[in-house]
Amino acid sequence: MRYPRIILRSIWPPAVVVLILLSLWHLAVVLFSIPEFLLPTPWSVLQKMYEQWPRLIAATGRTATATLVGFGLSAVIGIVSGSMLSLVPLARRGVYPLTLLLQMVPLVAIAPMLVIWFGYGLPSVIAAACIVSIFPVIAGTLDGLQSVDAGLAEMFKIHRAGRIRTWWSLGLPWSLPSVFTGLRIAAGLAVIGAIVGEFVGAFGGDRAPLGAIITSALKQNQTSTVFAAVALAAMLGFALFGFVNLVGWLLLGRWHESAR
Amino acid sequence: MTNVHVRLREVEKIFPGGVEAVARMDLDLAPGRVTALLGPTGCGKSTLLRLIGGVELPTAGSIEIEPSPRIGFCFQEPRLLPWRNVRRNVALPLELAHASSEICRREADRRLKMVGLSDAADFLPAALSGGMRMRAAVARAFIADPNLLLLDEPFAALDEVTRLRLDEEVAALVREQSITVLLVTHSIAEAIFLADEVMVLSPRPARIIKRFEIPFGERNAALRGREEFGRLQSEIYEVLLAGMGDAA
Repeated sequence: MRYPRIILRSIWPPAVVVLILLSLWHLAVVLFSIPEFLLPTPWSVLQKMYEQWPRLIAATGRTATATLVGFGLSAVIGIVSGSMLSLVPLARRGVYPLTLLLQMVPLVAIAPMLVIWFGYGLPSVIAAACIVSIFPVIAGTLDGLQSVDAGLAEMFKIHRAGRIRTWWSLGLPWSLPSVFTGLRIAAGLAVIGAIVGEFVGAFGGDRAPLGAIITSALKQNQTSTVFAAVALAAMLGFALFGFVNLVGWLLLGRWHESAR
Repeated sequence: MTNVHVRLREVEKIFPGGVEAVARMDLDLAPGRVTALLGPTGCGKSTLLRLIGGVELPTAGSIEIEPSPRIGFCFQEPRLLPWRNVRRNVALPLELAHASSEICRREADRRLKMVGLSDAADFLPAALSGGMRMRAAVARAFIADPNLLLLDEPFAALDEVTRLRLDEEVAALVREQSITVLLVTHSIAEAIFLADEVMVLSPRPARIIKRFEIPFGERNAALRGREEFGRLQSEIYEVLLAGMGDAA
């Protein structure tokens, strides 16, 4: 009984805020007679979602696949490279400042190049999701490993533990809270990366993911469809964020304040 | 168990920045005996212990430990891994020495029984009191059957009653197993209670001002009430005070 109550307690405040915002939105559209191609009401967005459900849910599935694979890759590559940078001081000094490029170069600018390198479809979208979400994971992992308690590190040294063993038994568990902070940020960014990647590099028609649906609906002034696709992309982001939180809670809940 | 002999000759430790922690120190830790280093805060006694433990390297001089030691370390803080339960924390030194999980578990349970923590084996450190955490740290220090035990103000952060009780337990354990022990402490009473020999150190850089042979055999709570204990305590205090005065 405890967990459903905790979940309910954490869900109702944002749910109320969302309801209030949707009501205000609806009211504004009706009161100011805003045309639907400029801003549809939440109700017409819902209607559009219902009408196009099979197409939209299939598109969401495609975007979710690219997001999950891109996020998974950024999690694995980010944790491994953050760990390597921590273990090799020279690499940290030489390479870490360059990883900032991943954060600073606008994805929109490099997305066309990803299409050239990886071709149209899933691979270039996965690459976009991965590139845009990897930096927080690298930074979180590195920060966590750099902040390992000096006393505990000394204890491992006394017991002649090697660097890999110390990383595995001390560094990695110690840095998990910081890694999960990076993963939470990366979860949202991976969805953004996938959608932007799809703007440029996704197939259209029957194989269209959410990003491609958004661009084609925009060209046809189907604003309700755009909103419906954006809402589904946002839900995808929330779901991934929730999943990361759940895994973090399972791993850290028993011993770390951040997950309680 | 083969007891180890620790021999320091002309050992010097100067940290980067020029801080001289230990100055040309000669020290012998006799096999199977407990030696206490007593000195003011920051005098370099913990550095000396870390030099013997191999955590720091001396700037000059030599440190010989024969035969090759199995070192048990107990720090001022328990240094338990918060994500591991007490049993797995205690077993850590064996795990790092690649012992099988069965041996780790069996030995950890044996050591936890020794320090009276069997019931808390599955608890996380956060669920333990300060005294229980320190007991777990003592159990961990003993798990690899050390022949050299280095104690760095192990109970300094505990309340007086818990500290006295743990002193008694450790005194019994080290005497039972006749381990070579180096204890670093601020407490004169703790040094006399646990050690066979007390060395009073000067303020930094550490040098030995005077050695005291502790004449007591059995260590139990009643020892602290004995007249000789009090007299020795005053005598060491005078030497410590005079040493600090010299530095001033």
